[in-house]
Amino acid sequence: MHLSELDVAAIWLTLELATLTTALLLCIGTPIAWWLARTRSFLKGPIGAVVALPLVLPPTVLGFYLLVFMGPNGPAGQLTQALGLGTLPFTFTGLVIGSVFYSMPFVVQPLQNAFEAIGDRPLEVAATLRANAWDCFFTIVLPLARPGIITASILGFAHTVGEFGIVLMIGGNIPGRTRTISVQIFNHVEAMEFTQAHWLAGGMVFFSFFVLLALYSSRRLKPGLS
Amino acid sequence: MSRPLSRLFIALSASFIACATHAEDVQVAVAANFTAPLQEIAASFEKDTGNKVIASAGPTGGIYTQIKNGAPFQVFFSADDTTPAKLEKEGDIVPGSRFTYAIGKLVLWSPKEGYVDSKGAVLKKNAFEHISIANPKTAPYGLAATQVIDKLKLNAIKPKIVEGSNITQAYQFVASGNAELGFVALSQVYKDGKLTGGSSWIVPQDLYDPILQDAVILNKGKDSKAAKELIEYIKGPKAAAIIKSYGYDLKK
Amino acid sequence: MSIVTETITNTITGPADSIRARFQVNYSGFELNVDLNLPGRGITALFGHSGSGKTTCLRCIAGLEQATDGYLDINGELWQDTAAGIFIPTHKRALGYVFQEASLFPHLSVKRNLEYGMRRVATNVRKVPWDRVMKLLGISHLLDRMPNRLSGGERQRVGIARALLTSPRLLLMDEPLAALDLKRKNEILPYLERLHDELDIPILYISHSPDEVARLADHIVLLDQGKVIAEGGLQETMARLDLPMAFTENAGVVIAARIAEHDDVYHLTRLEFSGGSVLVARRPEPIGQPLRFRIHARDISLATSRAEDTSIANLVPATTKEIVEADTPAHVLVKLELGNTPLIARITRRSCDQLKIVPGMQLWAQVKAVALLDQ
Repeated sequence: MHLSELDVAAIWLTLELATLTTALLLCIGTPIAWWLARTRSFLKGPIGAVVALPLVLPPTVLGFYLLVFMGPNGPAGQLTQALGLGTLPFTFTGLVIGSVFYSMPFVVQPLQNAFEAIGDRPLEVAATLRANAWDCFFTIVLPLARPGIITASILGFAHTVGEFGIVLMIGGNIPGRTRTISVQIFNHVEAMEFTQAHWLAGGMVFFSFFVLLALYSSRRLKPGLS
Repeated sequence: MSRPLSRLFIALSASFIACATHAEDVQVAVAANFTAPLQEIAASFEKDTGNKVIASAGPTGGIYTQIKNGAPFQVFFSADDTTPAKLEKEGDIVPGSRFTYAIGKLVLWSPKEGYVDSKGAVLKKNAFEHISIANPKTAPYGLAATQVIDKLKLNAIKPKIVEGSNITQAYQFVASGNAELGFVALSQVYKDGKLTGGSSWIVPQDLYDPILQDAVILNKGKDSKAAKELIEYIKGPKAAAIIKSYGYDLKK
Repeated sequence: MSIVTETITNTITGPADSIRARFQVNYSGFELNVDLNLPGRGITALFGHSGSGKTTCLRCIAGLEQATDGYLDINGELWQDTAAGIFIPTHKRALGYVFQEASLFPHLSVKRNLEYGMRRVATNVRKVPWDRVMKLLGISHLLDRMPNRLSGGERQRVGIARALLTSPRLLLMDEPLAALDLKRKNEILPYLERLHDELDIPILYISHSPDEVARLADHIVLLDQGKVIAEGGLQETMARLDLPMAFTENAGVVIAARIAEHDDVYHLTRLEFSGGSVLVARRPEPIGQPLRFRIHARDISLATSRAEDTSIANLVPATTKEIVEADTPAHVLVKLELGNTPLIARITRRSCDQLKIVPGMQLWAQVKAVALLDQ
């Protein structure tokens, strides 16, 4: 193995970041996706667009704004300081927050698609069987949306692992705290340490391939009623 | 071809020929930190010679890769001296064309007035949360910053270091307030011979190795008269004044 | 939406055995405006073309659709009164709903599907016993299967059972057989008949099949373009000549009869009804068993005297009540009465003129075919 201690630290940090981000996104993204799938509000378009922004914005743009907003002079930074939490850039928490924004569409959109595919009928059936909205959501919607939830988790996790621009912008390259695999690869390449770069980069390629392979082979389950 | 279009075509060809006969374009690659001074020098150079400078800014490492892969640059202003030396060794430049056009100066800077004292004692006080530097493995200013920290034996501040991937990002961390202070290039906070804002300590040259910024004429520019003219112009007094006004030193 | 569960004192609720439903719904391009007073027992069929508002009406009753203006009282229980701000949400209405497609939850086994509604009903409210439903619908052998391993007919039976197990005070069925082929339909119809005979739950049943309606319904509501065009007991409503139903190939009457005697020599069975009787091929049912049959208008020919030289077995005397235009200019519809059982005959206008048929005239009706409604 050509992995240094710092490389290994970067791998662990990245896995930790991706796991935490995915868990948070499933909690935050599910209500957003549900709302987007069901609403007829005029806000559906604008909110949907905001969620999808990270798909088209360069990560550095997002990172730059996060740096400014979470910095000591930004609104989010002033809030965290008032709460006695200090500022978030250069911290692991900051990376998690950045990743949540960055990977949001990759979780919300599969969930939204899954919810939309379920349609009205199962909800109506459940209502005629005395299930209230919450009951129906947990006993019918979530189980039926399982393929979508799996897709969302895989994409959210993989996308966070591959995140680079934001980490670079708000991370500060601190080993063990904010130096993720992608940043470590960048460091190796910039320093012309191509062997280490190859090991990490090759690992990423394999990881991404197997993630996508798992994803596409699990696409058999389809939501809906029989 | 319709009449208006053919007229346009003739007009365009005419202006192209005029350019080619009276003046020449120079394709220049420039390290990000020298972009602003070069633009000012180029304007003056164009007025004096009629030649036009077409500049592409980028990170030094990136430009190196582009040159190796056939980019059409004729002149290269690097942010360091090792990359041009490497190009020279690899035979990508006009022999003997390498020279130091500017010497970068390291400054400890904070956007807050009065935060950094004129002797750098703020480092010893260690009453900050983050200090920003450029990545020492890849950026000359970052390397210089670590040399300063080591020479002053400031081990206590090392855990507070945050690294920008380049000197621009190191500056951004400080400018946005996320790091209270940082080692940046003087040229980033200096204009018309004075500090643009905040407080600073210009680090004495004996605390770090000189940051030499070299320029070369690349093989693609070996037959260009304008490229040679530009290099001569950079060495001249008008350019020297501009370079100094941005906070760089010149080779004695 | 305000949810008021207690009964408001000054609200006049309907009698304990009737369903009062008044709805007004306005969508772009569709309007439903109904005011129904239905019997609180038996099967009431909502009958009409697609787009006539049957399903919307049923969805309003279920609370799946919220009418702009509505009033709904189910056997003394107030479910909606827009004027008083009352709207009980679907999950709090004691109803069962059987959708056109069975809509079983695919992630739950048959057993879990059946239990889904039942478990959400308080134990002391469960009146329909599990075993009885299993037997009634013949599904006890399917419990461990997943829905995708069931046939269409089996799914629909499970769907019906699932609704019944919530012990509903009203069962709503939206064309439960429409998605099935003839074979599956015939597989389920007997179960529905048993439902009607054995359980005392009022059923609102949507259909656009005259045969299904004739076979199952006691009461019928005819809808057209969101309005009620006729409502009443099955027999008299089916025999009305002023309704669009009369102007189709399938015009005819439904007669409720019972088995009077069996003739084992000629292998025949005599069915007796109010005003007369008919002979049909030998039936397996015992004497006294009630049975419904249909006589299509096109299957009756008329004669001024009793023809002795005919092979037609069923020859009944009847009184002419009314003559109207039929679906083609070549035909007329003649409404007759045998005692108080109505009959409709579809004959050519030429025959009508030649026989000089006028209301009040005594005629012999030759019944060429009798369609028993359980085949």
